[in-house]
Amino acid sequence: MNEKKNPLFHIVKRKSMPLSKQMMVRLIAVAVAIAVCAIVTVITTGMNPLSVFAATFRGAFGSGRKIWITLQDTAILLLIALALTPAFKMKFWNIGGEGQVLMGGLASAACMIVLGDKIPDPVLNLLMIVSSVFLGALWGAIPALFKAKWKTNETLSTLMMNYIAIQIVAFFTIYWEVPKGSGKIGIINQSTNAGWLMQIGNKYLLPILISVIVTVGIYVYMKYTKHGYEIAVVGESERTARYAGIRPGKVIIRTMLLSGGLCGFVGMLLVGGIHHTITTTITGGQGFTAVMVSWLAQFNPFTMMGVSLLIIFLSHGASEISTSCGLNQSFGEIITGIILFFIIGCEFFIQYKVIFRKKETENTKEGPAGQKEETGQDSAEKPENEAGNAKEDSEEKPENETTQVDEEVKS
Amino acid sequence: MIDLVAFIPRAIGQSVPLLFGCTGEIITEKSGNLNLGIPGVMYVGGICGVIGAFAYEQASKGNMIGILAIGIPMLCSLIGSLLMGLLYCFLTVSLRANQNVTGLAMTTFGVGFGNFFGGSLIKLSGSDLPTISLSKTSSFFSASLPFADKLGWFGKIFLSYGFLTYLAIIIAAAAGLIIKKTRTGLHLRAVGENPATADAAGIDVVRYKYISTCLGCMIAGLGGLYYVMDYASGIWSNDAFGDRGWLAIALVIFCIWKPGLGILASILFGGLYIVYLYIPAGMDHMEYKELYKMIPYVVTLIVLVITSMRNKKENQPPASLGLPYFRENR
Repeated sequence: MNEKKNPLFHIVKRKSMPLSKQMMVRLIAVAVAIAVCAIVTVITTGMNPLSVFAATFRGAFGSGRKIWITLQDTAILLLIALALTPAFKMKFWNIGGEGQVLMGGLASAACMIVLGDKIPDPVLNLLMIVSSVFLGALWGAIPALFKAKWKTNETLSTLMMNYIAIQIVAFFTIYWEVPKGSGKIGIINQSTNAGWLMQIGNKYLLPILISVIVTVGIYVYMKYTKHGYEIAVVGESERTARYAGIRPGKVIIRTMLLSGGLCGFVGMLLVGGIHHTITTTITGGQGFTAVMVSWLAQFNPFTMMGVSLLIIFLSHGASEISTSCGLNQSFGEIITGIILFFIIGCEFFIQYKVIFRKKETENTKEGPAGQKEETGQDSAEKPENEAGNAKEDSEEKPENETTQVDEEVKS
Repeated sequence: MIDLVAFIPRAIGQSVPLLFGCTGEIITEKSGNLNLGIPGVMYVGGICGVIGAFAYEQASKGNMIGILAIGIPMLCSLIGSLLMGLLYCFLTVSLRANQNVTGLAMTTFGVGFGNFFGGSLIKLSGSDLPTISLSKTSSFFSASLPFADKLGWFGKIFLSYGFLTYLAIIIAAAAGLIIKKTRTGLHLRAVGENPATADAAGIDVVRYKYISTCLGCMIAGLGGLYYVMDYASGIWSNDAFGDRGWLAIALVIFCIWKPGLGILASILFGGLYIVYLYIPAGMDHMEYKELYKMIPYVVTLIVLVITSMRNKKENQPPASLGLPYFRENR
């Protein structure tokens, strides 16, 4: 740690990085990730790499119907990610999207089952929307209330809310099961289509259109409204917010009402517009995937479009590969996981730079993305090397903190 | 009335994976890493054990030696979960990625990995078996003490388990002692509470985070191994492990980051997980069993809220939980 030996490299936070360069880093990461996925696929299936790519495209865009399904699934994932974004921007880790979507879905399923054919369809649809948004918002607001009032860790509380929601849905699926003993609801109002959302064009278009509208809406909300500004301030520092006259508790609850309500709305789309039934797995883990989408896109709604498309494209492609090779459907999750790891890892090279010790040029970098990055940066970084070293030396000074350690640790 | 002699062993059987996961996650969280990848790690631990056992059963052609039959799957399981731990550490500690996102990605990957190999192992290895059934390996894992049967209810409640059950309890107790009583434990807690202060005191923050997280993952992976080899008698079925990984994370909160308490709490959770089987509801009202399954989560949420309400220092999550540490960011 001391001056005896300069460390081989050290890490400095970047001031900023031009957007074009950021995109380059991300593209490289995605490219490397896809290469790794291809290698994994070739090893497990024994297909040749070209047919792997062909199969992936066939899975996602192979026919008109497949393209529509890919777009529809992208829209749903995008919508959930958008719903979570305001909360994340506030540094409120809402990983309860899964539960909020499910509760929304449950509310509209309940309306369809209980009130189907009893009241006119438009009224029923309106009721579905209101009730699902309400229940989703409620599900989001409960952890927010705890957070605002007692600083309860929101990651853990929203996680618990997910499983409470899943069990509630499980309860009602058996309560309303058709036929008795089957343990599932089946298609609701199959003969009368009561409560089914209207179709625009074909049956896939509605969520896609809504997702585009919401994307723009969230972008405007986050960027140009007072609420959006307050969210950003609370996210940066609650103390600053309080100083500026913003009440963090109020902002947290308001934002989570929005976030949860939008999630509930997605649940309504899933139940009323797409599946016309409810199961505990109707969200298919997308509440969690959306967390990653939102974060990977740096909370930018338009980047989220691309990220969700990429993830859906790959998972559809992977499921095509696994079907054609007689392998398990979960192959898609492995591929998604690998891609995510690379994109998560590449953020480091956007936020930080690695400065190597001057004389040595040996490469001990770990990540493949890292090597590419470092070659591009090397020349520009040299002058800052000294400054970086000096800064690190100064880090060693505060020795009087040593005694505090034992006091700070809870018994 | 519930038949306790039958109920307790089943509750404990349910509790072991939770206890492994919980102990692992506590050790991880004490270093300030909130590893939401634990469910994935447990899947990976389970399936790696299955792969090891499968390979050994195929290779040995029936005459298996006990120590290898246990050692190989266990080693595979540990290596698998260690790799997951290293991946998590590399991304969150070295590359300072967001812990929640990394953890969720690991869960996606791990569950997919488990289900994929569980569903495709037979095809990939080219054997002609209908299902993965490792009953021989399982018999080694679930072997209990030979005289357990003779001791009546006492033997049934305390001695009727495979060695992994006792290992889980020993690890949890040891983890509790180490965290609370030793210097290493003190340093670990310092890292989790305030890495900057710990760093200034000369504690190698990065090393503590790496070691505790990897160790935590390996312990959690054993939970997956126990589930397949002992509880499920060596039969892997996809998604059978269910949400136990998340329940383990819930358990961490429930036992307020104390592994010793986790032993009892896990048995309680295990009991809650299966209590619906023992409550006469009649076939007409199967739905209520789903509400019983909800109890662990509701209770956990209540505990979480109450601990934050009372704001008692020793019952809080580690202060830097979920935050990355970068020396120059201070």
